[in-house]
Formats: sequence, structure tokens, C-alpha cells
Amino acid sequence: MTALPRIRLTRLPRPLIIGGTILGISLILALFPAAFAPYDPLAFDYGALNQAPSMAHPFGTDNFGRDVLSRIIHAYRVDMQIAIFATVFAFSFGTIIGALVGYVGGRVEALFGRLVDAIITFPFLVLVIAIVSVLGPGLINMYIAVSVVGWVFYARIIAAEIKVQKRLDYADAGRAMGYTHLRIIFRHLLPNAITPAVVYWMTDMALAILLGSSLGYLGLGAQPPAAEWGVQIADGKNFMSTAWWISVFPGFAIILTGLGFSLLGDGLAEVMRARK
Amino acid sequence: MTNVILSTTDISKRFPVTQSVLSRLRGQHRLAVNALNGVSLDIIKGETLGIVGESGCGKSTLARCLVRLHDCDSGKVLFEGTDIGTLNGPARRTFNRRVQMIFQDPYSSLNPRMTVRQILAEALSVHSMRPKAQIETRIGELLGLVRLPPDAADKYPHEFSGGQRQRIGIARALSVEPEVLVADELVSALDVSVQAQVVNLLLELQDRLNLTVVFVAHDLRLVRHISHRVAVMYLGKVVEYGPTSSIFAAPQHPYTDALLRAAPEVDPSRRTRTVAARGELPSPINLPKGCLFHTRCPLAMDRCRTEIPALRPRGDGHLAACHLDTLPAKATP
Repeated sequence: MTALPRIRLTRLPRPLIIGGTILGISLILALFPAAFAPYDPLAFDYGALNQAPSMAHPFGTDNFGRDVLSRIIHAYRVDMQIAIFATVFAFSFGTIIGALVGYVGGRVEALFGRLVDAIITFPFLVLVIAIVSVLGPGLINMYIAVSVVGWVFYARIIAAEIKVQKRLDYADAGRAMGYTHLRIIFRHLLPNAITPAVVYWMTDMALAILLGSSLGYLGLGAQPPAAEWGVQIADGKNFMSTAWWISVFPGFAIILTGLGFSLLGDGLAEVMRARK
Repeated sequence: MTNVILSTTDISKRFPVTQSVLSRLRGQHRLAVNALNGVSLDIIKGETLGIVGESGCGKSTLARCLVRLHDCDSGKVLFEGTDIGTLNGPARRTFNRRVQMIFQDPYSSLNPRMTVRQILAEALSVHSMRPKAQIETRIGELLGLVRLPPDAADKYPHEFSGGQRQRIGIARALSVEPEVLVADELVSALDVSVQAQVVNLLLELQDRLNLTVVFVAHDLRLVRHISHRVAVMYLGKVVEYGPTSSIFAAPQHPYTDALLRAAPEVDPSRRTRTVAARGELPSPINLPKGCLFHTRCPLAMDRCRTEIPALRPRGDGHLAACHLDTLPAKATP
């Protein structure tokens, strides 16, 4: 019996292990950036402008002499926040609405379908930019904008899944037991329906970082001088030919974190499917 | 009859067929599957009523109407004289507690994400069957009742075999101490070797707990083995209804007769190649006029094609819906 946990660990799908490791490190960096960053991310150093990567500045310095590596590390906090806060409300709200819609079905579901159609007719980014421009730039407004649009995707996934589950006998058994509809939906059906939504959530967090960076790049998300990968890439865009490192390294950070979430999603899908 | 606990009076249930918008715009008649076409049955306290028929005859729909998983379109289901369609809130929950159901498919009838303990504890606590402190003990008792080991409590349904899962389903139904148990094809999804085990367990529990059982099945021998009375269904109607011995010894409806003749004999030398009834089961969307069975009946007369036969008493509590008063000795070839 003592060997059991070890066997279990090696049996975990590889994407889950790799993705989990990447995100674990990301999370540590996000929680304690000062412990790892060699420099103050906001400190200007006019003696070291646009310096190429070197021993002193492994990822070089930007046009204000700020250490690119330190800024990337400090940006983990902002970008991990974006990954979570830009998706968690959409995930929770979408799941609840989707579960109710899928369970009730009929006219409510038809109506919901039209609402989804109306929202996904607009390109996602355009809609988010429109909402942010009404509310004003900034991270909080970005979270609001992304949540307002994003929940329908979760709701649609869950509704479809609940529709399958509610026809199974265990749902009828709950009804024959005299359980309330809410108990049947949230205690019985939802745990069996939520897997695809969780997997989508992981991918969505990767997309949220990309979106946050895009909005940061456009000046609608995190505001300078705050360190955020999209802002950093935007900062470096005028120096691409002379100081490519200002933009390229934050770009790698986005790719790596996005990869972490995607791998975690794939791994989770495998594990949760295996349990059935 | 004072000891009737559950009864149906002329209940019908139709399921609309999904049709394209276009065909509805053309004003086509809305189609529906007629699952139940006027079923009246009395279930007597303490007895086992067997319900048999081919697949698609409405047995399962009837079972689901009895526990109000379906609401009937017309007619009433009466529990101790009260129309269950009118029950609401606590009254409905009490009805649910007293009339429980066991499902056909042991693989989908248990929530795959709940352990046996969670499944039983939920039923016990929602219906306040036991004070919190005694729930653990009661779970142990219930597992013992259906002969599962105590360590089964912490396992998930997928860790059990079909027969064991069906026993968990029985334990769940019994946890709320019902008076009536509706078993829908209890063992049809199980291997023959475990069927007897589960059926005998049910019979034993019925004796011990004084249960009334509605046993829905397509296996005639099984129904004969356990039922006091049998109702034979065809296309959503009861065609014959009465004490088991009398139905199996002297069927009064050509459909029952055909079913019995088609049941395989254990003795190979007595085997025949008779089929239950000639032709295919008519579509429940377009029901035949007159007697529903006339399209396949070897004894059909002109009258059968126009006039619906009523269930008429044949003595001894035996009823049959056939225009003939007695079947000829050799009804089928």
C-alpha cells in the first residue's frame, strides 16, 4: 500500500505533470516576485538604456534602463491575476446559468440559444474592446468586459452536458426520491457535467492572458508603468530593430504560461475521463 | 376493495414526436407515440403484481406514471384514494417516500460521482429517516439487508458488478422505508446467473418488510415465479389481467396465449418453433382501429377490426379484453 501514491503519480498523464509544473512555478513567481527578481521593475537606470542581454541583465534592459527579466517576473502577478479574474466569474456564472437552462429545456433553452447567437455574432475581441472603451481602460473594467461576454461559452457547454445527464436514470431516481430540482441539478447532474467546462476553463485562462496582453498592448488593460507582458511588448515595439529583447522575452513568457494552462487542461481532461 | 393501495383509472400517456417546423406549417396533424391507452389496474397491499408485454408496449411508461416520473395525460393514479397528480410540496415528498422505484439499467441509475455511503446518506437525511447520529448505523443495516459487505459503503458505483449495483439500487429505494416498490425490468440487464440472486433477494425483502411490489418484466417465467397477479400489456393497453395461476393455466386472450406458446421450453423435446404472433408490432403512432391486436391475431373476426373489446370478467378475478368468450383449444398453429 505504501507504493500506491508513487505509482499513481507516475500514472498521471504527462501533460498534467508538465502543465502543473509550469503553472506551479508561475504561481510562486506571482506570489513572491521580489524574491526572484534581481532588480526593481520600475527603477530607471539612465546609465544602462537598451542594453543587450548580458550577465548583469540576462534579458537585457529597456529604453528606460529597466531590467526586462525583473519586469517579466513582476508581471507574473498581474498576468496570473488576469488569467484567473477574467475567467472565474464567467466560469461560475456560466455554469450556473447553463445548468439551469439545460435542466429546464424547452422554451427557456430556445431563448437562451438566441441570446448566445446574438453574443457570438460579434467578434469576441471587438466586443470586449467596445465594452472597455465605454467603461474606461483598466484591469477591473477588462474583467467586467470579458466576463459579460465570456459566460455564454461556459453556459452553452454546461447546458448541452446537463441535457445528456438529465435523461439518465440516476436523475429520475433523484426525482422518484422526491429531491428538489436544485438538489438534482447541482448535487447530482452538475458534478457529472462539469468536466468539459473545466477543461475549457484552462484553455480560456491561456486565452485570457493573451487577451489581457492584447488589451495591455492597445493601452486598454494594465496601464504603464505597471509591468505586464502585453504592455512590455508594446513598450518595445519601437525598438524591435535595435533592441528586440524588450518585446521578445515577455512574448516567451506569454507562450510558456499559455502552454502551461493548455497542457493542464489536456491532462485534466484525461484524468477526469479516466474516472468514469 | 379496501386493501387497494395504488390504482390507475384509465390512464393515457402520449409522447409528441418531434416534427420539422415545415411539416407543422403545412398544417400536418401533430403526431404522438401513444405509450399508454387507458390503463386501469388495482394494486393490492402486500401482493406482487407482474406486468408483462413485448418491448414498446408501455410497461416502463406505466411504471414511471405510478411513481409520477411522468404525469398522465388523462386518467388518474390514485394512492390510497388520493390523485397523485394533485400532490405538491411535502405531500408529494411523502408520496415519493412511500412509493419507490428501482430502475432497469444498473449502470445509469446510480450517480457515478457519489459513493454508496453518500447515495444512502442523502436519501436518509433528505427524508429525515434517522437522526444524524444514527445515519451511519442505518447505512450499515441497509448494506446488510441487500447482502453487501460493510466496506462497500466507500466505493463508487463503477467498482461494483451489475448485480451488486442493482442491489445498491434496492438499498437506496428501501432506505426511505417505502410501502410500494415499482421494479422496472429489475434484472433484464443482468447475467442469468445473478438474476435469480437479485430476484430472490427482492422476494425475501418483500416478506420481511411487508412490501407491495409492481414487477415490470418481459420474462414470462420470471413473472410467473414471483407474481400473485399478472397484467399482460399490448400497445399501451392491458389485454388480460388476473391471478397468475389462472392466466398461465388458461389464458383468455389470444395475445397472452401466443406469448406463452412462444416462451422457450426447458425440455428440448418439447420445443417448438412457434413465433409469438405473426407480423410486426404496429406503430404506436398510428394505432390500429378496433382491437389493437387484430392485425396479428390468428382469430380476428370482422368485429375485431371495428369494435374495441372491453376488459370482461372471466371468473375468479380474471379479466380479458377479447370479443371471444373462450379461446379454442388450439388457438395458434
